[in-house]
Amino acid sequence: MKNVISNVLAVFTAHGSSDRVVPPTGFTARLTVFTAAAMALLAVFALALALASGRLARQWGNELARTSTVRISAPAEQMAEQTAIALRVLQTTPGVAEARALSAEEQQALLEPWFGPDLPVANLPIPQLIDIVETGDGYDSAGLRLRLSAEVPGAVLDDHTRWRKPLVSAAARLRLLGWMSILLIGGTMAAMVTLAANAALAANAQVIAVLRLVGAKDDYIAAAFVRRFTLRALAGAGIGTVVGMLAILILPSTGETEGFLTGIGFRGSHWIWPMLIPPLTGAVAFAATQMAAKRVLGALR
Amino acid sequence: MDVPVIELENVAYSYGGGELLSDISLKLAPGSFHFLTGPSGAGKTTFLKLCYGALVPTSGYARLFNRDVRDLDRDAIALVRRRVGVVHQDCQFLDHLPVAENIALPLTVSGQDSIAQQSNLKELMAWVGLNNRANALPPELSGGERQRAALARALIMSPDVILADEPTGNVDWEMSQRLLRLLVELNKMGKTVMIATHDLALIRAAKSQVQARVLRISNRRLQLAGADL
Ligand SMILES: Nc1ncnc2c1ncn2[C@@H]1O[C@H](COP(=O)(O)OP(=O)(O)OP(=O)(O)O)[C@@H](O)[C@H]1O
Ligand SMILES: [Mg+2]
Repeated sequence: MKNVISNVLAVFTAHGSSDRVVPPTGFTARLTVFTAAAMALLAVFALALALASGRLARQWGNELARTSTVRISAPAEQMAEQTAIALRVLQTTPGVAEARALSAEEQQALLEPWFGPDLPVANLPIPQLIDIVETGDGYDSAGLRLRLSAEVPGAVLDDHTRWRKPLVSAAARLRLLGWMSILLIGGTMAAMVTLAANAALAANAQVIAVLRLVGAKDDYIAAAFVRRFTLRALAGAGIGTVVGMLAILILPSTGETEGFLTGIGFRGSHWIWPMLIPPLTGAVAFAATQMAAKRVLGALR
Repeated sequence: MDVPVIELENVAYSYGGGELLSDISLKLAPGSFHFLTGPSGAGKTTFLKLCYGALVPTSGYARLFNRDVRDLDRDAIALVRRRVGVVHQDCQFLDHLPVAENIALPLTVSGQDSIAQQSNLKELMAWVGLNNRANALPPELSGGERQRAALARALIMSPDVILADEPTGNVDWEMSQRLLRLLVELNKMGKTVMIATHDLALIRAAKSQVQARVLRISNRRLQLAGADL
């Protein structure tokens, strides 16, 4: 662990001179920066996708859990009776975990945003609402509808949020794909940097041999390559992340209406996440180059 | 007797085929001066590589500064190289760096790039006659200039031991005499010197300046060459 820390420090502090002893490699340098930028851009999008689909899955899931409702519109004198019948029907329906008639206060609270607090609910022909909490498998809504229409003429089953059920699992699946993409992007990044570092190390085999001959330690030689590739990956990832975040920022948003396409983006503290991409990319490049350098140097006495 | 700086004991070496060197024993006392001769391909360069830990004996023991090379880890080998100045037969420069920086390379990689060392560098470059070539790149140098640069690089750390592989192979007689005088002078300052060379005239010239032992590799063995030189 101590070793790792000192290696990391060496990359940013030690011998600036080791930069000069390894000849510049213009082409692989530009290629590494470009790759890191492209990968970071993709990672930002994958991250936005993962976070947004996670957010939607949660939100839709909550709405689902919030039940369906039965609305009973009946003359005031039949209201209590029809409500009681409906509750009985619901309680004997497989797949209904709980059915509960809302109290007058609860109904008033629901209406308040539209009509203000002073609405005399008791004097108005307001439908009675019954909240239904489903069991995991849910109920057969067509069957329930038939039974209700037979026994409670004024009842309307409103289960409009049910269609979202497959969407919730789709969103969860999408979130998984997003995170998997991020892992793959990280792995690809590591592979690319390893290839580039290996190419640079191979191209400089003679230089490395001379450095060993004049008494350079492995850490010194490795640091020259590691610093180069780490800084390049860091710079590239920085560029890619900024571009990606800007692109996400200017995606059109429709505010409250949570459509899926308009929901892609970062909210509040989630903007921290993409900012982790450049340092993580740097760390991946550091580890990949360090390992490549150790391998090449190990073959040399 | 002082502890030898380099000690080989019953060393044999082979690159994979038959044995190139067999049953070699030698102690290099501090401050001694050796020549190493032998026909081309006899194994002089190989012998020197055994002396600075670039090769490990296939059998027998090589001790550098009283430590078995087999016990030296990679960093320890790097440290040994800083105490042994080697003039490589094929010079081995970094072609993208100017001559001055190549000569200073051992200082650079060991983090001793100080002002004092820089003036040391100027002096040394003047000594080997390269101060007007300081900014040239190694591929732009003549063969003799390369060898002088290689010698300067071997000396820059003021090492305890100097191993020179054909240091005068490409220079004229006058320059080879100057390089020899430099090595003799360093030896008088207490450095241990070993020069591998074909150049018998150089060895003869040295005999008037320094007490040198002449070793010869022949038939895979190391022999002390007689007075026939
Ligand atoms: N890395 C290697 N792998 C296999 N064989 C090698 C290797 N290096 C040298 N040899 C062989 O070992 C033998 C001795 O080589 P070496 O360079 O030690 O000879 P030398 O005495 O220095 O010759 P010269 O006077 O020409 O420099 C040669 O036959 C050479 O081909
Ligand atoms: Mg040789």
